[in-house]
Amino acid sequence: MDIGKLSLIELSTAIRERKLSSYEVTKYYIDKCHEKAELNALLEIFDDALDKAKEMDEKIDKGFKGKLAGVPVIIKDNILYKGKIASCSSKFLENYVAQYNADVVTKMLEQGAVIIARANMDEFAMGSSTENSAFGVTKNALDPTRVPGGSSGGSACAVAAGLAPVALGTDTGGSIRQPASYNGVVGIKPTYGRVSRFGVVAFASSIEQVGPITKTVRDNAYMLEVLAGGSEHDETSLKLPVNDYLSEITGSVKGLRVGVLKEIEEAVRGLDCENSYRGAIELLKKNGGEIVEVSIPDFKLTLPCYYIIAPAEATSNLGRFDGVKYSRRSKDAKDIDEIYVKSRSEGFGREVKRRIMLGNFVLSSGYFDAYYNKAKKLQQKLIAEAKEAFKVCDVLLLPTTAGEAFKIGAKDGDPVSMYKEDLFTIMANVLGVPAISVPYGKGKAGMPLGIQLIADSLKEGLIYNVADFIEKQEVK
Amino acid sequence: MQDYDIVIGLEVHSELKTNSKVFCSCANSFGGEPNTHCCPVCVGLPGALPILNKKAVELVIKAGLTMDCEINDLAVFERKNYFYPDLAKAYQISQLVRPICIGGHIDLKDKKVRLNRIHLEEDAGKLVHSTAAIGTLIDYNRGGVPLMELVTEPDISSADEAVEFLTKLRQKLIYAGVAECKMEQGGMRCDVNVSVKKKGSSEFGQRTEMKNLNSFKSVHRAIEYEAKRQIEVLENGGQIVQETRKWDDNHGKSVTMRKKETSSDYRYFPDPDMLAVEIPREDVERIRSTLPLMPDQLKAKFMGEYGLSEYESDILTKDKVLSDYFLETLKHFDNPKEVTNWILTEILNRVKDEESFDIKITPCDLGKLLSLVAEKKVTRTNAKEMLTRIWENGEKITALEKEYGGNVDGDALKALVERIVSSNPKAVEDYRTSDTPEKVFRWFTGQVMKETRGKANAAKAEEFIRELLK
Repeated sequence: MDIGKLSLIELSTAIRERKLSSYEVTKYYIDKCHEKAELNALLEIFDDALDKAKEMDEKIDKGFKGKLAGVPVIIKDNILYKGKIASCSSKFLENYVAQYNADVVTKMLEQGAVIIARANMDEFAMGSSTENSAFGVTKNALDPTRVPGGSSGGSACAVAAGLAPVALGTDTGGSIRQPASYNGVVGIKPTYGRVSRFGVVAFASSIEQVGPITKTVRDNAYMLEVLAGGSEHDETSLKLPVNDYLSEITGSVKGLRVGVLKEIEEAVRGLDCENSYRGAIELLKKNGGEIVEVSIPDFKLTLPCYYIIAPAEATSNLGRFDGVKYSRRSKDAKDIDEIYVKSRSEGFGREVKRRIMLGNFVLSSGYFDAYYNKAKKLQQKLIAEAKEAFKVCDVLLLPTTAGEAFKIGAKDGDPVSMYKEDLFTIMANVLGVPAISVPYGKGKAGMPLGIQLIADSLKEGLIYNVADFIEKQEVK
Repeated sequence: MQDYDIVIGLEVHSELKTNSKVFCSCANSFGGEPNTHCCPVCVGLPGALPILNKKAVELVIKAGLTMDCEINDLAVFERKNYFYPDLAKAYQISQLVRPICIGGHIDLKDKKVRLNRIHLEEDAGKLVHSTAAIGTLIDYNRGGVPLMELVTEPDISSADEAVEFLTKLRQKLIYAGVAECKMEQGGMRCDVNVSVKKKGSSEFGQRTEMKNLNSFKSVHRAIEYEAKRQIEVLENGGQIVQETRKWDDNHGKSVTMRKKETSSDYRYFPDPDMLAVEIPREDVERIRSTLPLMPDQLKAKFMGEYGLSEYESDILTKDKVLSDYFLETLKHFDNPKEVTNWILTEILNRVKDEESFDIKITPCDLGKLLSLVAEKKVTRTNAKEMLTRIWENGEKITALEKEYGGNVDGDALKALVERIVSSNPKAVEDYRTSDTPEKVFRWFTGQVMKETRGKANAAKAEEFIRELLK
């Protein structure tokens, strides 16, 4: 059996049925991780992974049937795995060892997962290219001169390069979907609250979610079934039963009302993604989908709305990294003020500092109403507009990104151009609704592009079904 | 000084009486080895999230109901952002725009002090300043302890009134079971805002703030000092600067801590990790129905139902320990007047520490003791002696009853009475001729008690004496 060719579902079945051992599968993937070290997708390959795989084999021999029994998994470096470093790709947390397991880690371990490595990312998940990592950029799995996207660039690259059948990412403004698109893999941002955030180092708490990155849509649905579910550790998690997403994948899009957004019509024209976008619309139409033009009048304000809310929350969330209790403290600090200022100045990278300053500005007295409050009101307005749109369509179809993965360094010194990378993805975070990116079509240089499907809250099953359909056509 | 009005507003923090902390399940208990009542949530580790303790919300509602506050139907938690080593997350979860309680008042003897709000927030850890070599250490045990902050309107006009207000507030919180208000443990802390203005002027003067005063006495002293200082500054043509001052209790004066320009901008915003708290009317009514009688209501009951004086009722309701003790004793000895007399004299004279009211005789035993006196099985004097022995040595009342109780009885007592009557013919004569025979009668009972060292069955002794004197 060629382990690398098996999907996550096939692999887990094979291990459960003892056709493969967790040890040989884990060994295969760890070897791949070492082989492809030059991608810089990973910050650490866990040296106890093979032992864990052996333990899991014993458990499976005794009848253990977890959904991820013996399956190797890679996690993004902002997800806590007890006893392992979780650095968020920041110098500040370079040696920070997690004191407890994130809920998503607990859920995966309960289902028998073997966590083999932690993946590189933009520092504190701020960025769209992994170039903001304090530990070097990750390379695109398909072209080492290009970025893998971000912030979950390491996770997406790892799956695309075959370093694991599945990796976890986090998505605050597109951080799962955009790198998935750039690397030709599948990534979902679930409904806000669908997955517990407990144990995930927070960037923008009110809009971010953990989600899986996989090679196939079905694998993705399978994985979300493990991750989803309310938690008593996270007030904002939804205490609802978890769907059987796979059963919602029917292979048909007949009668599906596909919404295309009036407001992006202009923007898409001439973009690298235009062919992929129009092609996907055609494809669904040809197969029984009904194309409806819908409007979210304030769509163009999603980006500024996001760039107020996210930095505001980030500046507060990152306050705890003050050099007092754990991790980095400046060696030159002579008093408490110097501990704060020097530790933070030395420990944080440029982009993180930029967002901390942005956040402080929009929250400061005198500006709070003009910025933060206005952004929150706008968010409510957008949610109402989207509700209207979802009355006439089942899913919204958008490109994931404007174009294919760009060259490393191409957007250096141009943060606004980098922020615009998230133009199509940010809306789902601001609305709190689920969104998936599935590969469809190629860009000018032949790099993969992604199509994004967005549905109303909790309708992950619906977008999995459409994504699966598109995926199958793309393969043909 | 008499040309000026003093304007005082208070902000009072009280630690709530919950079992666990406000956002995690760590124990809410004072002290303990440093950093042992801690978890990822209350030391603010990355990835940790707060889970609201509903009991804390309930206690704040309870507090509000005792002060006629309006209870918001939706309460929101916000982050107050600032850097300080005892604040693990670099923000305190507090409430700004939608606190749990708004308005309300506490009535003093001569005035009504309006409340602005009561909200729920978390306490910070504690800095422990060690030797120079070790430096400053942090104990996060107190971090995340639930605090209610009550803010008054500037309705208080003197140090005396401030203390009266705090006394009333403390009383209410303890009676309602909301807080223990142990001042010496920092369970109740007070920030004082003081300004002065020319008498009759409608314009407020510039105010200064003194933070974290932890005894009523220092509140009193700090206000007096600050008002006097401000008036002196104004009288000398100076201006009051808005600032936070630090009260130094040892030297009896305050000094500038920080000026307004250098104070923090807290950048409040709603905590995205927390849901807004809905407070349905039914919940408020349910909580209201569990409220015990408040001191003022108890006082009225004591005066109306039990016929106690205002003075007596005031003392009994000064502290919940005392009124509980009184009511409990009544269950064993149903004579409010007599119980009150004993508590106000014998019990309170023996209580050393008025903060803790450590009463070393159970209400049951006190009731029994008073029954013995009423049934004349022991004399008042002996009862007091018994109380002392129970209080000081923890002796059992049943054993003492045997020792002191009316064990000179029956024929022996009769013989004794006959002997006393026959050997005092003059007194017998006096009894028969006197205008006040009861006085002589009491002399005879006194003689019997003296001979028996109080151990005669008093009721029987009186019966015998009366018979012989007929």
